[in-house]
Amino acid sequence: MLGYIAHRVVQLAPVVVGISVLTFLMLHLVPGDPVLLFAGDKPLTEERAAQIRHQLGLDRPLWVQYEEYAGRALRGDLGRGLRSQRPVIDTVLEAFPSTAQLTLSALALAVLIGVTLGILAALAHGTWLDTVAMGFAVLGVSMPVFYSSLLMIFLFSFRLGWFPATGQGGLSRLVLPATALALVSSAVLARLVRSGMLEVLRQEYIVTARAKGLAGRSVVLRHALTNALIPTITMLGLQLGGLLGGAVITETIFSRPGIGRLAVDAILSRDFPLVQGTVLLAAVAYVLVNLFVDIAYAAVDPRIRYG
Amino acid sequence: MRDGLAPPGLAGVAPRPVAQYRPRGDTIRRLARSRSALAGGLLFALIALIVLLAPALSPYSPIKANQRMPLEPPSAAHLMGTDRFGRDIFTRVLWGGRLSLSVGAVAVGIAAFFGVPFGLIAGYYGRRVDAVIMRAVDLLLAFPSILLALAIIATLGSSLVNLMIAVGVAGIPDYVRITRGAVLTLREREFVLSARVVGCRDDAIIFRHILPNILAPVTVLATLGVASAIITGSALSFLGLGIRPPAPEWGNMLADGREFLEAAWWVAFFPGLAIMLAVLSINLLGDGLRDVLDPRLRL
Repeated sequence: MLGYIAHRVVQLAPVVVGISVLTFLMLHLVPGDPVLLFAGDKPLTEERAAQIRHQLGLDRPLWVQYEEYAGRALRGDLGRGLRSQRPVIDTVLEAFPSTAQLTLSALALAVLIGVTLGILAALAHGTWLDTVAMGFAVLGVSMPVFYSSLLMIFLFSFRLGWFPATGQGGLSRLVLPATALALVSSAVLARLVRSGMLEVLRQEYIVTARAKGLAGRSVVLRHALTNALIPTITMLGLQLGGLLGGAVITETIFSRPGIGRLAVDAILSRDFPLVQGTVLLAAVAYVLVNLFVDIAYAAVDPRIRYG
Repeated sequence: MRDGLAPPGLAGVAPRPVAQYRPRGDTIRRLARSRSALAGGLLFALIALIVLLAPALSPYSPIKANQRMPLEPPSAAHLMGTDRFGRDIFTRVLWGGRLSLSVGAVAVGIAAFFGVPFGLIAGYYGRRVDAVIMRAVDLLLAFPSILLALAIIATLGSSLVNLMIAVGVAGIPDYVRITRGAVLTLREREFVLSARVVGCRDDAIIFRHILPNILAPVTVLATLGVASAIITGSALSFLGLGIRPPAPEWGNMLADGREFLEAAWWVAFFPGLAIMLAVLSINLLGDGLRDVLDPRLRL
């Protein structure tokens, strides 16, 4: 197991380097002169442009610039936000807990709803319950998170007054955004768990377990579910990516001070260092989460470790 | 990280026999037998038709303001009510569909145009070519797709074309992976080996013998891909990073309605419903296509 983890960590290094190269290059791919991004509102004279160019190191060869960028990033220096003048790393790290809270509670909710629906649909295969569960799933997959968020705000905040519509803090402000965010993932998981269960329930070892006289519930939960969940775990990594993306939208709609809203605000206000820093750290975080998921996958399915 | 060897759902599945050759009429007949696919197909055809005919069907101008009747609730004169500038929402939903649906279609075109050839090359040549292409794909996959699209928009600026590029590029990795996986199961099959033995050139083998046999999974992916591209595209417009007002687009109309959610629900409700119905119809159709063409494909 340790060997496997070491192997995956080594594989990770080039990806992280690649991410840093891409975020570094963003600045140079901007159409027009990148100096304009840093000039602010003051009129840009030729002298001032040259000065800014020199300050940013834009007058040096590209690979020297990258070396410096990467060196500084490794020391935790991602530059300063153009508007706030605060270190980008502080701004981003402050926003992390909010996003983590939102995405992790949405993930937990999605697993709870998705796995339950999936099992029920598989056990009731071909009945009305199966149809209803899968109808929910196809609707859930087709519902954009910005629409479900607005519908939920309208119904549960404005009409029923059960939850506050926006803001952060306390469980009551987490329920709506987490549920809206969880909807799509729970639908994807429900479909996956259902088809996994249906496949497993046909296997001989299930028939054997039944033939030995094991109770129905024990067969389903101990023998079938554990095996049906294996593909679900890989899917979790992908779903977390989706949730992270969805957080961009839910955080904006529910006015939560997280990474997603930070990225959108930074783009809208043309704060380039902040955009770069947010994208870099979000991608690295996502890669690390996926590493964790892969390790969990290898832990439950030994075939992966030795495969 | 995923190792890029196989699409996630297919990881543990043994190479499968390629679907038998079936005349096209058969596919359509089998598709029509699935009630949900039929419903999805008809609904999508209807939406596409209405949207295409928008100039003829819409009773008002999609852009011109009518300050005398802002935020009117739905009525016989304004089926879906009016927005803050007194513009007819029904009209704007019809016109908005043209932009939202074309973003979805063009983005999928971009993703498939770049993704499929790279997948073919990676799968067919293997070894170092494969390693290089798949590392690049891994790198793109390190960004959740909307983050990648955001980064592209942040770099290029927001416009209709850049929106299409951003959503399209974010979709490329899926096409490379699915195409490559399908090619791998074909590469050692007898008809490919015999083509090689009789001296066919690589490009002829790839385009004449392999490509037609991988169209099934690519078609399924592209169909379902239009649905997710519509969602991503309208999400970016919703955030103010895609198509800007006053041009009507479902995402930016929804963003507009967000401000009036409490007082005038119809401004947000109908554009959102339009997105949902369009996406739902494509998903139903795509699910049906998958069941008919390639049942083991998990997308």
